Amino acid sequence: MGPRQGFFCKCTFALQKKAMLETKANPNISKSTGLPRKRFYRARAHSNPLSDSHFPVPISPSHVDYSLHYPHFFPSSDQSDSSKKIQFADIGCGFGGLLISLSTLFPETLMIGMELRDKVTEYVKERILALRVANPGQNQNISVTRTNSMKYIPNYFEKGQLSKMFFLFPDPHFKEKNHRRRVISTHLLDEYAYALGVGGIIYTITDVEELGEWMKACLESHPMFEALTEKELEADPVVELLSSATEEGQKVARNGGQTFRAVYRRVTPPL
Amino acid sequence: MEDAPIEDGENHKDIEVAPALISVHPAQESVAVTVGSELRVFDLHGGSAVSLVDDSHGPFHKDSIRAIRYGANGKLFVSAGDDKLVKIWSTESWHCICTVSSEKRVTAVALSNDGLHVCFADKFGVVWVVDLDSVDSNQALVNKKAAQMLAHYCSIITSLEFSPDGRFIVSADRDFKIRVTVFPKKPLDGAHEIQSFCLGHTEFVSCLAFVSTSEYPQGFLVSGSGDSTVRLWNISSGSLLDTCEVEMKAGLLESNRRGEDCNSAITDLCTIPDCTMIAVAIQSLQGIVLLSCDLSARTLSIAKVVSIMGETFIPTSSRASFSAGLLWMVSGVSNLRGFDHHSLARVRVISGFNKSNLDPQEFEPIVLEDNEIPGGYKLLEKLQGSVVVEEKVFLAAAEAVKTAMSNLLVKKQYSVEKREFRKRTRNDRKTKQ
Repeated sequence: MGPRQGFFCKCTFALQKKAMLETKANPNISKSTGLPRKRFYRARAHSNPLSDSHFPVPISPSHVDYSLHYPHFFPSSDQSDSSKKIQFADIGCGFGGLLISLSTLFPETLMIGMELRDKVTEYVKERILALRVANPGQNQNISVTRTNSMKYIPNYFEKGQLSKMFFLFPDPHFKEKNHRRRVISTHLLDEYAYALGVGGIIYTITDVEELGEWMKACLESHPMFEALTEKELEADPVVELLSSATEEGQKVARNGGQTFRAVYRRVTPPL
Repeated sequence: MEDAPIEDGENHKDIEVAPALISVHPAQESVAVTVGSELRVFDLHGGSAVSLVDDSHGPFHKDSIRAIRYGANGKLFVSAGDDKLVKIWSTESWHCICTVSSEKRVTAVALSNDGLHVCFADKFGVVWVVDLDSVDSNQALVNKKAAQMLAHYCSIITSLEFSPDGRFIVSADRDFKIRVTVFPKKPLDGAHEIQSFCLGHTEFVSCLAFVSTSEYPQGFLVSGSGDSTVRLWNISSGSLLDTCEVEMKAGLLESNRRGEDCNSAITDLCTIPDCTMIAVAIQSLQGIVLLSCDLSARTLSIAKVVSIMGETFIPTSSRASFSAGLLWMVSGVSNLRGFDHHSLARVRVISGFNKSNLDPQEFEPIVLEDNEIPGGYKLLEKLQGSVVVEEKVFLAAAEAVKTAMSNLLVKKQYSVEKREFRKRTRNDRKTKQ
C-alpha cells in the first residue's frame, strides 16, 4: 500500500481530522464525496486470528481511551465521572457498513467495530472521520479499533457492559482443522456471555449454510443463550440490517444467495 | 493435528530445558520432586524412598513433567507434562491408578478440594476435566477420558487453582489474563459462567495462589508475573487490590542497572498455610522473598528477603507444608546442554513458619542445613539424585531456565519485514518427531 498508510496509522483522530480537510494531497480520498476510496484499502478477506500481531491492547476496560474514540461525548481524557460506556460491538466490522447504519438508529448509544485487518481498520477510521465532517453532529457515537476479539474482548468490556454484539458474515474457516479459528464457538461464547448483560442480544448471519448450522448449534447448546422468537425478531429494527447494511450482505443479495441467521438473547444460566 | 506453534523460533528437534518442581503432601507425609521426566518421591512417614508402580509400559512419563500436585486431602497425587499424559497416583500405595491422555502438552493441573475432579490445562489454552468418581485407589489402571471445560483462546495456560471454598476455578495465561470461572455442579458439561477477569498484569502471569484464613474463608487471590510484580485480587469482582513490585521493594535492583534490562520474572509463589505469608521465587534472587498479606487492609508488603548463602540457589519451584511450618524449595533443571550432567536438582528447606509466629515482623526464618531437614541425607539422595554437581553448572542451569521461560511465555516482537518473511515460510504441516 502507499505511503499514506503508515502516516494514518500513527495519527490520532484529532490530527487525522486536520489531515482529512487537506485532502488535495491524499489520492486515497475521493475528491467528490470526501470519503475514502475502498480500492486503496483492499485486503485479503481472511486474516489469521492465531497470529499474535502487534497492536496495542488496553490492559483493562478502564484503560480504553473514550476521548480518543468519541471526542464529542468525552471532550477531555478525564472520564472519571462518566457513566456512558460502549454498548454495541460489531465483531469483524469489515468496512463499517453496519456501524454507520446503526449510528443514526441509536444516536445516543456508543458503538465500536473490532477488526483484525490493519488496512480495513484504517479505512473505517477515515470513513467515520469523513462522515463526521460531512454531517456535523452525526456519527460521533461510532468508532473502530484494530484488535483480535477472540482474545481481547475482556480487555475492552466490563462484565455485562454490552447490550448488542454482532457477528456478520464471519470467516467460515471451511477445513475441519481450522474450525477452531471460527469466531463463534462454545468456548468463545463464554466470553461473549460475560461481556453481554442479561437480556443483551447476539446477532449472527452468514451465507454459508454449514457455518449457519454450526453457529446456531453452538448458541443453542450454550446454557447462557436462548433463541429469540419469530415475533421478537420481527419487532427488532436491527434484524433487517443484518443482511442489508454491509458490503458483504449486499453482495449476497446481488447474487441472489440465501442467508442464515441466528439471533439469541443472553440469559441467566439455570442453577 | 498441530498447527505451527505460536511460541516458534525454536527448532522442533531441540528438547526444551524444563525446570525442576517440588510438591509437599499436606500433612508432610511425603515430598515429591520432578526433574525432566523423572518423578522422585520420598516417604517422610516411613523414612524411605518410594518406588512408584505404573502398569503402563516404559518409564512413567516419557517427557518432561510440567505440573505436579497433591490433592487437598492428601490421598491423590497428579503429574502431567510434555508427554501429553496426566497420571493420577494413590499416595498410599504409590500406584498409578489412572492415566488420562491429552491432545496437547499439559502445562498446569489442579485438583478440586473434594478430590472428585482433576483439571488440567494444555498449551493451546483448553482446560479439561476428569471426574474421579469411579476411580478406586485399589483398582487396576483405568484409562479415563477428559472433557473440555473452558478455554483461553490460543494462549498458554500457566496456572490453575481452585478457590478455597471450591466455588471457582482460576486460570492464568501468558496473555496477561486471569480468568475466574464458576465451577459448576456438572463440570463435564462445561464451565461457562465467567465470574470475573483479573486484569492488570503487563506481562505473562506465571503463578497463582490463594491466601485465606478462618476470618476470610473465601480467600484472596495472589498472582506472580513476568512483569516482576505480585498482585492481590478480589476474585468476585476481578478488582485489583494491591500490587507489589517485588524486585524493587526487596532492594534487589542494582544501582547501575540499565533501563533496557528485562525485569526479572516471578517464577513461582506459594502461600504458607496458617499465616498470611507468601513465598515468592524471582529470577534474580538466590533465595526467596517472603511477602506479608494484610487481609483487612488488602495490601501486600515485603516481610523478609531470605538469601541462601554458600551456593548458587535460585529456586525453580517451592511449596509449603500445611502442618510442619516448613517451606520446601527446589532448584533444578533437565536437558541442560554443554555439561556432563543434563539433569540436576538441589533441595533446600526454610523453617520458622510455626503457628505461634503469626507476626511477620517478629519471626526469623532459618535456612536448614542438609542434616537438619526432615528425612536428612536419605531424602536428599533420593530427591537430588546421587551426583555431585559443580557450582558453575547451577549457574548455567539458572540461566537456561530463565531463557526457556522467556522463550515460551514472552511474546516475540518482530519487525514488519521479519513478520512478512515468517508468513511466507510458515508451514502448517505436522512436524515429524
